[in-house]
Amino acid sequence: MHIGIDVGGTNTDAVLVEGRRVLAECKTTTTADVTTGIVNALNGLQAAQNFEPAAVNAVMIGTTHFVNAVVEGRGLAQTAAVRLGLPATKALPPFVDWPQRLRQVIGGHSYLCHGGYEYDGRVISPLDEDELRGVATDIAAKGVRSVAISSVFSLVNGDLERRAAEILTAEVPDLLVSFSHEIGRLGLLERENATIINAALRELAEQIADGLTESLTAQGIDAPLYLSQNDGTLMDLEYARCYPVATFSSGPTNSMRGGAFLSGLDECAVIDVGGTTTDVGMLHNGFPREASSEVMISGVRTNFRMPDVLSIGLGGGSVVREQKEGISVGPDSVGYRLAQQSLVFGGDTLTATDIAVAAGLAEIGDPGLVKNLDRKLVDAVLDHVCEQIATQVDRMRTSPAPLPVVLVGGGSVLVPDEVEGVSELIRPEHHAFANAIGAAIAQVGGEVDRVFTIDPNRRDEVLDSARQEAVDKAVAAGARADSVRIVEVEEIPLAYLPGNASRVRARAVGDLVLEDAPRRARA
Amino acid sequence: MREIGADELRHIARGAAILGTGGGGDPYIGRLVAEQAVLEYGPVLVAELHEVPDDALVAGIGMIGAPTVMIEKLPAGEEAVTAFLTLQREIGRPITHVLPIEVGGMNSLAPFPVAASLGLPVLDADCMGRAFPMVQMVVCTLDGVLARPLAVADEKGNSIVLDVHDNHWAERLARSATIGMGCTALMSSFPMSGKQARDITIPGTLTLAAKLGRLVERVRQQHVDPCQAIASFLGGEVLFTGKVVDVMRANDPGFAKGEARLEGDGASCRLEFQNEHLVASRDGEVVASVPDLICVLDAEGEPVPAERLRYGQRVAVLGAPCHPRWRTPEGLALVGPSAFGYSHAYSPLGGQ
Repeated sequence: MHIGIDVGGTNTDAVLVEGRRVLAECKTTTTADVTTGIVNALNGLQAAQNFEPAAVNAVMIGTTHFVNAVVEGRGLAQTAAVRLGLPATKALPPFVDWPQRLRQVIGGHSYLCHGGYEYDGRVISPLDEDELRGVATDIAAKGVRSVAISSVFSLVNGDLERRAAEILTAEVPDLLVSFSHEIGRLGLLERENATIINAALRELAEQIADGLTESLTAQGIDAPLYLSQNDGTLMDLEYARCYPVATFSSGPTNSMRGGAFLSGLDECAVIDVGGTTTDVGMLHNGFPREASSEVMISGVRTNFRMPDVLSIGLGGGSVVREQKEGISVGPDSVGYRLAQQSLVFGGDTLTATDIAVAAGLAEIGDPGLVKNLDRKLVDAVLDHVCEQIATQVDRMRTSPAPLPVVLVGGGSVLVPDEVEGVSELIRPEHHAFANAIGAAIAQVGGEVDRVFTIDPNRRDEVLDSARQEAVDKAVAAGARADSVRIVEVEEIPLAYLPGNASRVRARAVGDLVLEDAPRRARA
Repeated sequence: MREIGADELRHIARGAAILGTGGGGDPYIGRLVAEQAVLEYGPVLVAELHEVPDDALVAGIGMIGAPTVMIEKLPAGEEAVTAFLTLQREIGRPITHVLPIEVGGMNSLAPFPVAASLGLPVLDADCMGRAFPMVQMVVCTLDGVLARPLAVADEKGNSIVLDVHDNHWAERLARSATIGMGCTALMSSFPMSGKQARDITIPGTLTLAAKLGRLVERVRQQHVDPCQAIASFLGGEVLFTGKVVDVMRANDPGFAKGEARLEGDGASCRLEFQNEHLVASRDGEVVASVPDLICVLDAEGEPVPAERLRYGQRVAVLGAPCHPRWRTPEGLALVGPSAFGYSHAYSPLGGQ
């Protein structure tokens, strides 16, 4: 038995799951401190289905808390970026091309230092320890508490990043360190950006991790706690303390995987209509299709594995307006104030939910308060919503072949049964909890992404060792060994290089060990 | 002459990456480096070929090496200036104009730091009309303009001057030097007079790239299919739309060589590349080939470089006619299918 929780911007949803069965579900309002919302959700689950806290094997949480912290620029630590690479890379120092506001919020402390590697592991220039001690003095004086260390080709060799950290922490003992070689892919700027964002979130991650642990302990649950990552896999809480940035896109990922689970489909589009936005994504082999190009996070370019999701400002709380040019729905939403501001709750704002209730698609609040709405307006709004969603589905599709669509999320009542270009529209049971269920059924993964020297006669051997390393990483992250499969192997010979140097990426995923998971050590 | 400021660089980078047919360097890094130069020194003057005096001294600038290394080992910023000044010193006369050697996301903008910091105009032209993987694959070779002398400079301040026998030797020797420098370097070469530049180089390619980049942004806002819009802009056609189902990378020490297989619309497509996309086949039949342009774009109209092709991507493959110079017998001998070891005959796109 395990619990999946999704902490969204508006609602905190929780489900109690046993095998493939959903035993109980509960929707509560997200709270500013996150943990109160989770305690409320757990109490709600208990009320719906009495369960023994000790019988819970694992708790999986998907949260938008970290990405929202970056978007809103709150709770972020003063952060320094230390890059090893001089004389190379000088043209584009850390924080280049960042939005000014975010850079200011975290201090934008940027240091270019000697060090870094060539593609083949030669050193670009030796590490200058005095230079780094100077950086340490400076960041201590500026009150910087978290540092992101990046180095050219650190995916070939992470030694210089680690050595630089030793020098910095010898001078500033409590400094939190994030390493680029642990965080991103090849591509220095994107990897460094992700590392800086991660560093800025480290203090918040500590607070959240402690808070989550406390709220579960208070409920008598001592099962291990996991957080959802961008790619639908899980990380344990200790990992989350160090790599909070890996949670960024877990919300849409979870709803998509949850939609796949509830519908039993592996190849489909999933539409998640929430309170404020609608996300449209595609599933392939049961996993969200990844975005192919660089992913922008709050105006910062990164190269994370992220699901390819189209998001539009359309949801149950979207504000409906009649204007000269026609009807508009969203992109602004009353959000968590739906229960005060919408017409069905006695408010004075016409929202998409009011339209749904007036059309008889949903029973929320007092239907009597919207019975006099102009029927033409109601129909026009529903047509508008339908058209918007059909457009998004069409943009995501890759072939004209019939495409089944799974509809999830609390706002999905707005979508009519017939949508243009959709062969089959499925509204699975428990669809309003798809995101929490997606968290509950997550898997674990392991990835290798490095430059290897490939002797033409030993190519298979090298690729096999890369695959094995990915499998080992997945198992080390908690996957059941017999369930781990390789989902991606990619080999990119580096153009013009001697010695057959190749970048090899291998990725493995597997089911999380649930039954005999060790109890959480830190309770 | 007109000024190019920071805003236009964005459009040039995107448009040039499309015209770069999978190669030509990372458009993001190219744009950022050029932007920094323009922000520091002010806008760059771009000259049309007809504005260049006969006795001007023109030199080409471009990146040489592995784009996959450049996205990691970012430039120091002075490489192009060092290569340029090294070349100028060797020639012993002031160079008056610079031009991109090829069109590419990074390479179209490679002359900008030189132009901005030294106050020289950039020619609205290049030597390929697209990108090709090797130094000798330029219109200069057809007209007897040599890569002599040729200067290569790296981020550490190393530079080397080569006096080469011909442009094929320029490729071989400059490549060796670049590998020693850590696989990314900037080169400056193909010195020529203003008259030669006017007679030889391919005109208007910076402006073309900027127009193309603007077009992509505009059609996106209008929710028009960007791939169709790009195809009609280039006088080409969308050859295939589908998903990348396999990327096989050959173990070649010199280049990012390999092939990708795509599926969609009940057909399959094979793309062969050597840094740039070389040949596209549909169900076993060649539908586009060097020297014509083969561009791979994602659904948003964003160009996908050959080294970033990977499983699961949804892409459109576009074919577009190359510059007419490449369709002549001499042009085809230098950059046609046989120059890359293919036996198929070249069949021009657009039925010419």
